[in-house]
Amino acid sequence: MKIHEYQAKDLLRERGISVPVGRVATDPDEAVRAVRPLIEASGIPVVVVKAQIHAGGRGKGRFLEHPDLGGVTVVTDGVEGGVEAAEAAVRSLAERMLGSTLVTLQTGPEGKQVGRLYVEAGIAIERELYLSIVLDRALGRNVVMASTEGGTEIEEVAEHTPEKIFRAIIDPAVGLLPFQAHALAWQLGLRGDAAKAGRRFLAAVADAAIALDTDMLEINPLVVTKGGDVMALDAKVSFDKNALFRQGALAPLRDLSEEDPAEVEAATYDLSFIKLDGTIGCLVNGAGLAMATMDTIKQEGGEPANFLDVGGGATTENVTAAFKIIMKDPSVRGIFVNIFGGIMKCDTIANGVVQAVKDVGLQVPLVVRLEGTNVEVGRSIIEGSGLAGLESASSMRDGARKIVELTA
Amino acid sequence: MSVLVDRDTRLLVQGLGGAGKFHVDRSIAYGTQVVAATHPTRAGEVETFEGDVDTSGVPGREGRYRVDVPIFATVREAVAATRANASVVFVPPPFAADAIMEAADAGVPLIVVITEGIPIQDMVRVKRYLEGRPSRLVGPNCPGVITPHECRIGIMPGYIHEAGRIGVVSRSGTLTYEAVKQLTDVGLGQTTAIGIGGDPVNGTSFVEALAMFEADPATEGVIMIGEIGGSAEEEAAAWIASSMTKPVAAFIAGTTAPPGKRMGHAGAIISGGMGTASEKIAALREAGAIVAETPSDMGDAVLEAMRAAGRL
Repeated sequence: MKIHEYQAKDLLRERGISVPVGRVATDPDEAVRAVRPLIEASGIPVVVVKAQIHAGGRGKGRFLEHPDLGGVTVVTDGVEGGVEAAEAAVRSLAERMLGSTLVTLQTGPEGKQVGRLYVEAGIAIERELYLSIVLDRALGRNVVMASTEGGTEIEEVAEHTPEKIFRAIIDPAVGLLPFQAHALAWQLGLRGDAAKAGRRFLAAVADAAIALDTDMLEINPLVVTKGGDVMALDAKVSFDKNALFRQGALAPLRDLSEEDPAEVEAATYDLSFIKLDGTIGCLVNGAGLAMATMDTIKQEGGEPANFLDVGGGATTENVTAAFKIIMKDPSVRGIFVNIFGGIMKCDTIANGVVQAVKDVGLQVPLVVRLEGTNVEVGRSIIEGSGLAGLESASSMRDGARKIVELTA
Repeated sequence: MSVLVDRDTRLLVQGLGGAGKFHVDRSIAYGTQVVAATHPTRAGEVETFEGDVDTSGVPGREGRYRVDVPIFATVREAVAATRANASVVFVPPPFAADAIMEAADAGVPLIVVITEGIPIQDMVRVKRYLEGRPSRLVGPNCPGVITPHECRIGIMPGYIHEAGRIGVVSRSGTLTYEAVKQLTDVGLGQTTAIGIGGDPVNGTSFVEALAMFEADPATEGVIMIGEIGGSAEEEAAAWIASSMTKPVAAFIAGTTAPPGKRMGHAGAIISGGMGTASEKIAALREAGAIVAETPSDMGDAVLEAMRAAGRL
């Protein structure tokens, strides 16, 4: 689960981690009202207006409606014109940004509509650094990654100047140890008060990542201020879906408007669904088989319309829902049901498919391939249903070939 | 011969919910010795399993079976009373990590975890807890382990398996079944099939499974089935190049998967341009493995690898 930058910063602030003061705004008036208190609190006549969408690359992103405008804008009008000038500039920005479509490298060309802004106090920056807590899958441990190259994508740093990335492996039995925080702060070139602030910051962020079950926690840039403080200027946080049952406080932070409606609906039925660009709908059990089904359709000359894993514990109702979600997509010209029953039983799938077709009808060709647990029962349900327009397949390739031919 | 499980495996069940009961029943029908179960509130009771023998399982059995499985409060008591030497975990995700660590604390040599959806931080702790302990963890989020006609632990359909010459190791449950069925259809059969699971942090790795098959005299070749995400396949490729003498075939799922999306399995994600199918396929080919173009070609890829090695 992803959250917005302002929500991530609230979570960090609650845990004593230094972040700039800021206020979230959903209309221009609210944005303007944020300016004076922020300037008074920071003592700096500069504010930053940041579009809140889940995709990264906002600073370099541009609005479709305002090609000259980026998703993160520093307002310096207050330096000469005072608070009123800053407020006027923020109003103009907010009016153009809110409701407009921000396109970044991560949103795709269609972009994302901006519904919220974060207005933040300006910071006098001495240096920009990088920090993240990620899972090292090969080790099975969380790792702190820090770099002196703040503001740059870490993949780029890893490729060109890997010697500027410093790592500390967290032993889950004891957490990030003081000597590790000290070593990282030292390697980042932090000295004096900044080193002390840096050590505290690193320890608190490592604890936060584990306590909050984050999937990824990235602070880029992490800044050293002219005053010697260490602060998160940006924060990108996502959470382990499997741990949300014990992170009740995070539930209200979910922003459904940032997610694909079909994917949201699928999730309520415990289906793993991802919308793709093709024309052949897929209903499969098992993530590996679902991916391989997409691969095989492509190999046979077709294009998959979706990834859909009904999972192992699906009921007839879940399968019916899955089928309906696929049918709802207007670009779907045919459906391939590919099941190799293990924990999932073929009769459950067969009943779900038959029920869905009875409920909503079948406007496109359907190819069904069943194998595995309770396969005989499943096949007899399909055969006994008398559904028209349904073809059986003897293998995955046979099924993929048939559905590609039927939709050609 | 085989790896991990055989006729002498004595299985303990942790988690007797609906799915657990159904698949334990299938294991007993197959001929697996299920000797004990644990349950937080049902200690002292007996769970009775009965039905028609699965004749595709352990040979020489027919008619009906009836097995009374005693339920214990703790794994330690269950092991002490029944000499269970393997455990299968069906416990729901919030409690699964604790169940694994309880089994490890009781010294159970093999712990097979079917449960899907265990938090990553829990698995990080579990992996740390297992360090220095003799238990081997397989999974989580996996179909289990089967040695055809000897022992079935997990959720795989038994009837597609045939005792034979090939070791199977896979991150995906249903793709394991595809591979197994094709190996049965081409007459090669399986020594043991191991599902290592689709989670980013798991117990047994590809490399460890390959090493077991390399050491097993009965295994003549291996098929490994990987998918996008992480670098386990690349690590396996390096090990194949340096240490594997037996032929290896492979399939990697997710050639058409978009980047940045988690494809069903928690571990199946291309992030920061890393973990793509094409990198993994290239690494495996470089190491000398025969990589199937589609999952329907897995049987043929094994035949090709066996032929090239002069084993057919």
